[in-house]
Amino acid sequence: MAHDTLYAHPEAPAPEPGARRAGALGRALFTRWDTWVVIVLALVVVGAGASVDGFAGPRNTQFLLMDIVAIALIALPMTLIVITGEIDLSVASTLGLCSAVMGQLWVAGLPLELIVVLVILLGAVLGMVNGLFVTKFGLPSLAVTIGTLAAYRGLSFVVLGDQAVADFPRQWTDAASSTIGGSPVPWSVLIAVVLAVAFAVVLHWTPFGRSLFAMGNNAEAATFAGVSVNRAKFWLFVASGAVAGLAGVYWTLRYASARADNGSGLELAVVAAVLLGGVSIFGGRGTLLGVLAGVLLLGSLRNALQLADVPADTLNVVTGALLITSVVVPNVVGMARSWLRQRRHQRG
Amino acid sequence: MKTSEKHAGAQRAAGSDVDGQRPSRRTGFGRRVLAARELGIIVALTLLVAVTTVVNPAFLSAQSVRDVLLGASILVILAVGQTVVIVSRNIDLSVGAVLGLVAFATGKLFGAAPGTPIIVAVLVGIALGAACGVINGVLVAAARVPALVITLGTLYMFRGIDHSWAKGEQINAADMPAGFLRLGTSTLLGTPLLAVIALAVVLLVGAYLQSYRSGRELYAIGSEPNAARLSGIPVGRRVFVAFVVSGAMAGLAGVLYAARFGTIDATVGTGIELQVVAAAVVGGVAIFGGSGSVYGAAVGAVLLTTIGSSLAVLRINPFWQQAVVGGLILAAIGLERLLAVRAANRLRGRTSHGA
Repeated sequence: MAHDTLYAHPEAPAPEPGARRAGALGRALFTRWDTWVVIVLALVVVGAGASVDGFAGPRNTQFLLMDIVAIALIALPMTLIVITGEIDLSVASTLGLCSAVMGQLWVAGLPLELIVVLVILLGAVLGMVNGLFVTKFGLPSLAVTIGTLAAYRGLSFVVLGDQAVADFPRQWTDAASSTIGGSPVPWSVLIAVVLAVAFAVVLHWTPFGRSLFAMGNNAEAATFAGVSVNRAKFWLFVASGAVAGLAGVYWTLRYASARADNGSGLELAVVAAVLLGGVSIFGGRGTLLGVLAGVLLLGSLRNALQLADVPADTLNVVTGALLITSVVVPNVVGMARSWLRQRRHQRG
Repeated sequence: MKTSEKHAGAQRAAGSDVDGQRPSRRTGFGRRVLAARELGIIVALTLLVAVTTVVNPAFLSAQSVRDVLLGASILVILAVGQTVVIVSRNIDLSVGAVLGLVAFATGKLFGAAPGTPIIVAVLVGIALGAACGVINGVLVAAARVPALVITLGTLYMFRGIDHSWAKGEQINAADMPAGFLRLGTSTLLGTPLLAVIALAVVLLVGAYLQSYRSGRELYAIGSEPNAARLSGIPVGRRVFVAFVVSGAMAGLAGVLYAARFGTIDATVGTGIELQVVAAAVVGGVAIFGGSGSVYGAAVGAVLLTTIGSSLAVLRINPFWQQAVVGGLILAAIGLERLLAVRAANRLRGRTSHGA
């Protein structure tokens, strides 16, 4: 029996070359996770637009986009970090600490232009701390960033207590929610798009980006292939911190309020969006386009349900369920597939 | 018996890739590392208490010690459950949400049936918590997805269910029988009853992890899951049980929370998972599995609670507490790494001398 299986394989009837190629292309496209995310996204947007009152209106589009800008921004470096097999859970706390410091510096009377620069630099420094712990001391990023998640959030309360700084100049807070021309697209989306393009180019079209996939698949092999794993990871954490700082600036101006608890719990939404977008939690696989689709899907779904009068706290069930589905389904499908292959092999 | 002893040795030796031929010596060395770990945190706790007492001698009064023990009890129970999970190289971030859900369910139970015996309420709470643990366990063990992602997801699901059930409602002490609320305040031989329960849980689970085969196997799984699987340990089943234990502990903690505070809404226990993980890690439980004990985790929980009350006594801004928790997590994993590297180096040195 075993021999039969071994020899029968090459003689299996081959389909026509042309048909095979088209089939393979279709299969390649439709077995891709991100294709499905885009399809589901389209279905959700069309479905919600048709059935939920006010979903497709320009005002709601503007608010939907403004709500997801912070998540989209933070998701960009997070994608790269998860692809290398690491994770950064401290991003929401970095956002909060940057927001708190921004408020305190404004109270101290610094010009806002300078504050913005300083706060983004602060974010980079906070990311650097993560990077140092992970690369210099060789600690697991999961543990390090759970630690800094607590530490940064704690520090933001030390900086600002339970107060709020809300007297930012009107033209700045207005700018955070102003739209491009007459369209419902806010200016902040443009910043996110520019950064997304930059991150996509780095990830998918540079040797550096390809090396991230390599180290996510096998860090040791990547090292032997001449990739400086630690240096790359260090700078990714710095980028993650800096972008979280930028998101902190945006968050503060968008809600016209610097608070120590700004963005708390946002790391879940970011990680959920990244995994939903088809990035493997084990590293080595994922696309930036998929992640952006994941961010949009999560954002539109929450927005549509909110319009349909589902309370915000209950929505967390949806976010949590999506997060679990997006990791369980590919794993179970993969396991089922290898089990089927094994069975077919045994039967001959 | 022989295999479980071998696992114990492999677990204790911090550099598990170093293969020695004298298990007895290695175990002795491992025990010293373990002792050093728990010793460190006891020294830290003693120092903290000493400094605070010098500033304010009332800190060591019987009443104040009782308060700290009472405050630490719930955290200790959660940390014990968390240790069982972390030792197997997993993590359970959903414990805070499970605690909240069970606390609210307990209040609802007494609202619907005020005559419910206390023991039944406790058992129902534990069962509900264990059911949440079953969900975590099935998803982690059967779908083989990292526990971090699963329990982050169930954290939000359980919390969301809690919110949609409560709809902003708050349960007050008046809604629960006085006998149940006394559970949270009464003392046994001068010790808070809650602390006695926590101690019993620590000893029980401690004995299980130390002396039972399936308990030892959790360490083996945490040290090297593949090796554990190859040596015939039912990894999936053991990990599943670990999550059920953690869920049951969170359920027990939820019932005790309801008894102690009497006021319950849907936000109860939010963010407590960080303190729980911190307590375990600070108590010497390696975040990547394979070593640590519930005793260390329990002392870690007591340390964190003591820090909270010390800050108040020392007149330090209470907002520092969370920052200190974060700092302690970082210090603990840094120290743990240092110990592991040093142990590996020393073992390597010893092997080359012997050869």
